[in-house]
Amino acid sequence: MSKTVVFKIDGVEIRGTSGQTIMEAADKAGIYIPRLCDVEGLDPQGSCRVCTVKVNGRTAASCTQPIADGIEVENETMEIRNFRRDLVRMLFHEGNHLCPCCEASGRCELQALAYRLGILQPDKYPYLQPVRPVDASHPDIMLDTNRCIRCGRCIRASRQLDHKNVFGYIGRGINKQVGVDGKDLAHTDVHIDDKAVALGTCPVGCIIQKRRGFFDAIGQRKFDLHPIGTKEKDS
Amino acid sequence: MKRVATVSLAGCFGCHMSLLDIDERILELVKLVEFDRSPVNDLKKFKMRCDIGLVEGGCCNEENVHTLREFRKNCDVLVGVGQCAVMGGLPVMRNAIMHSSDPLRECLETAYFNSPYVYNPTNDIPNDPALPLILDKVYTCPEVVKMDYLIPGCPPSGDVLWQTLTALLNGKPSDLPGEIIRFD
Amino acid sequence: MNITTVVKQACSKFGNDRGRLIDILWEVQNNLGCIDEQAMNAIAAEVKVHRVEIEGVVSFYSFFSEKRKGKIIIRLCDDVIDINAGIEQVATVFSEELGIGIGQTSADGNFSLEYTACIGMSDQAPAALVNNVVITNITPASAKEITRTLKDTLDPSKLVTKVGDGNNAHTLVSAMVRNNIRKQGEVLLADGIPADAGLGNALKKTSPEVIQEIADSGLRGRGGAGFPTGEKFKLAQRTEADQRYVICNADEGEPGTFKDRVLLTERPSLIFEGMTIAAYAIGSTSGIMYLRAEYAYLRPFLESVLENRRQAGLLGKDICGKKGFCFDIRIQMGAGAYICGEESALISSCEGLRGEPKNRPPFPVERGYLSKPTIVNNVETFCCVARILDRGSNWFAGIGTKASRGTKLLSVCGDCARPGVYEVPYGLEVAELLDMVGAEDPAIVQVGGASGEMVGRSSFGRKICFSDVATGGAVMIFNSHRNVLAIVDHFLKFFADESCGYCTPCRVGIVFLRERMQKVMHGFAESADLDYLRDLSKTIMMTSRCGLGSSAPKAILNSMDQFPLVYSSHLREAKDGVQAGFNIQKALDESRRIAKRTSMIYDPVYGEKNE
Ligand SMILES: Cc1cc2nc3c(=O)[nH]c(=O)nc-3n(C[C@H](O)[C@H](O)[C@H](O)COP(=O)(O)O)c2cc1C
Ligand code: SF4
Ligand code: SF4
Ligand code: SF4
Ligand code: FES
Repeated sequence: MSKTVVFKIDGVEIRGTSGQTIMEAADKAGIYIPRLCDVEGLDPQGSCRVCTVKVNGRTAASCTQPIADGIEVENETMEIRNFRRDLVRMLFHEGNHLCPCCEASGRCELQALAYRLGILQPDKYPYLQPVRPVDASHPDIMLDTNRCIRCGRCIRASRQLDHKNVFGYIGRGINKQVGVDGKDLAHTDVHIDDKAVALGTCPVGCIIQKRRGFFDAIGQRKFDLHPIGTKEKDS
Repeated sequence: MKRVATVSLAGCFGCHMSLLDIDERILELVKLVEFDRSPVNDLKKFKMRCDIGLVEGGCCNEENVHTLREFRKNCDVLVGVGQCAVMGGLPVMRNAIMHSSDPLRECLETAYFNSPYVYNPTNDIPNDPALPLILDKVYTCPEVVKMDYLIPGCPPSGDVLWQTLTALLNGKPSDLPGEIIRFD
Repeated sequence: MNITTVVKQACSKFGNDRGRLIDILWEVQNNLGCIDEQAMNAIAAEVKVHRVEIEGVVSFYSFFSEKRKGKIIIRLCDDVIDINAGIEQVATVFSEELGIGIGQTSADGNFSLEYTACIGMSDQAPAALVNNVVITNITPASAKEITRTLKDTLDPSKLVTKVGDGNNAHTLVSAMVRNNIRKQGEVLLADGIPADAGLGNALKKTSPEVIQEIADSGLRGRGGAGFPTGEKFKLAQRTEADQRYVICNADEGEPGTFKDRVLLTERPSLIFEGMTIAAYAIGSTSGIMYLRAEYAYLRPFLESVLENRRQAGLLGKDICGKKGFCFDIRIQMGAGAYICGEESALISSCEGLRGEPKNRPPFPVERGYLSKPTIVNNVETFCCVARILDRGSNWFAGIGTKASRGTKLLSVCGDCARPGVYEVPYGLEVAELLDMVGAEDPAIVQVGGASGEMVGRSSFGRKICFSDVATGGAVMIFNSHRNVLAIVDHFLKFFADESCGYCTPCRVGIVFLRERMQKVMHGFAESADLDYLRDLSKTIMMTSRCGLGSSAPKAILNSMDQFPLVYSSHLREAKDGVQAGFNIQKALDESRRIAKRTSMIYDPVYGEKNE
């Protein structure tokens, strides 16, 4: 029993159906809301907070917040943009992001969002420079958690799409990270054809398919061609 | 005529190379600026106070720190150019891989004995008194002195550098280019 | 016993139920001393989940350990009150006597020494947990004695030479903890509260009438957020479902709060009575008390109270002869995580998951424990429910102020003559309270714990109630010799340690706040750093997913507003554009040691220049 819900994003009237999140309704209407942990086809998680909007003046994550009749959503205001910049920066500064030597550069959603949000002076926060392991045990797949943004897309894809459980969160607080279901990747049932390790599941350069590096030339990479948020489906 | 100084600290000179990538516009540039201390003219000391200082690379040894502070003292506007200046770049990887209880020693031993491509029959770590002491870790430029602008990129393209410079020379710093900024 | 046997027994004790994972893990750890890789694999096989999920849970809770710890674990309470009371000096003694540092285990495998977040004994600080045994008012001298006893007997229970007052002396408790009840109000701590009179009255009414009675009383939650209790019951009752749950939040993790401990000790029946009334009101047959691991010493006693109530027909089938009204309560132990006091994280923990908050909506009253409508209320709230049904909503509403009805339990600690629990009507001025407790030269009053509000001297006229200074109960008093920056820094450390790490702003932002706060403390900050702190605080507060993140920066903002001069006196504008936080001498120390020479540039012997 779905019914039409009418509400506004930045003053523009949107029609959605009940049960949708703000993000889903906005996507349908062709309005882009920046996101990192949310991706079509997986249950929303609501952890990166980059999709923060204001609903009737209160902040909420648009990927988990349901729409309701008559709500006024702010998406592209200066205030929201500043929040999003801060959040994207936090993710950069929390890990070790050396874009020049990262295989995902050019198709990385974190990097692309930084560009979109105009982060030109990446020194607002201190660099935490954590010490994190690289797991190269598996013949086909490599895990470099230095770049992990804890978005949980691999975890959810493994559970919801592959019906496995290759990845999972371990630890808490700043030490929360992605662990694997075994001693290392080689000791899990991960397979190169799993959705969890498919290109584009990991928004950054954390899950790497071996022997497939740097396949697009600079200038021809995903976000070189279409900056994030400029095509309807970019994630 | 504005005075410009440039230096490469813990960098690879790639950013300086990129500066040459502005092609024929370099002729225009030399009409607009006079180079003070810079590898371009091999001047090792400041002749006089400069309007703009361009710094490539972060700080990995005491000499880098000293030079950077000299630049801060002698330049009105100090611009960090490239990933190494901005966030440490490749050299900063040593901060993250140093997890032992004696990190600096491990770093040196890895560099001079233990890595697979090292040929070092005398097993010495270079330690000439003339060599500057290495810092406990790599510091970014803004960690050491206040920077006015930072231009990411590895290296920033010739276009970015050109536009940055022309904007600064015209006294329009807020016009620094946005769309062509890249982190790689 | 080998690992497989232990694990098999532990798992089957809880029906191989994944939802009881926390209990299973406790059982395994109590028998093996840790939950190592092998144990995790075995548990995973037994309850049929993936290893990584078990690891996820084990690594979340600070009382679980993958590495084997000592037979005796000494956990020193490191909240700010205990630090002011000298826990660090005590730690040094323990460390010396045991020959181990903080976070280490002795070579013989007998002892581990660590710090832990507030254990709810701030009125008798410094305090520590030795396994489940609480020791209070420790001094360096008594610490010596404690280690001697422990080394001789390896039995923490031998440390209790003198039991505390009230039920602390009960054989099932026998703890040296003192209640320190300083002021009895008429609602909760009054003598001679008639047993189960409220429950009796409730069962004479219909469920909607009970909810109405609670709503009419104006009761609002005592756990901190202050949600109207009647409204919460109504929402849960209204949601269609075949089962609903009643959960009592006895996680009491907010630093400086210990009033629930006193209720758990002295009014356990009243709490269970309130839960039973709530069950009747919303239509539930099953309840849970979520008890923090730090209060494990109270568990046998609480279990016995539950058993007595079952025997007396106050729990179980056809309660008080009311046909068809069935309800029972189990106790769920926590495992060391402040975030599990947040109601949806608490529910996750009860379900055997990592104690992370859930996405809202849906709210617990719609989809809570096991996806059924669930009410989560504070210990004190349930006590109030029972009292309201006993004495009537008018009686309750007549106490306190118009917007804040009834009394509030305050747990007062810090620099005052009479720390302890005070039951006062809402509307009390902070200054009146300070008088009552014999505060000594008070300069800062932190009301509501680390996530609460910092009240400076100029604001002592403010009132304790929902519309002014709201509180879950903690009142920490600091005299004018205390360093406000150190207090704030300490709170930030607490939040960074306790953040669940789920969302970006809280996980990362708090670490950044603390980094800059330390810069301020050490005199390396400039005025721009204060703007940075405000700006970052705003982002964290506005974008965090739950109350932990959104209240963590409060102490910074409050203190900047209340004590601007303290901040400005620590600022130093750097000259020559040099970053004050960068210390070249420190950066060179390692290198000098390894190269066995001094610096050409920065050492006076060689260089012409000195910095
Ligand atoms: C980080 C955090 C910790 C909390 N800790 C507790 C706690 O220890 N005890 C408690 O009763 N409520 C705590 N709460 C509040 C609960 O989420 C919830 O509001 C409360 O249990 C509801 O009960 P009440 O309405 O009776 O107050 C906490 C909230 C947050 C955000
Ligand atoms: S993951 Fe993205 S942001 Fe991180 S280093 Fe790679 S390209 Fe850069
Ligand atoms: S590995 Fe990639 S997909 Fe998985 S949580 Fe980290 S960033 Fe997200
Ligand atoms: S605000 Fe903090 S505690 Fe709450 S969900 Fe986010 S990370 Fe977890
Ligand atoms: S996209 Fe909504 S929180 Fe990450």
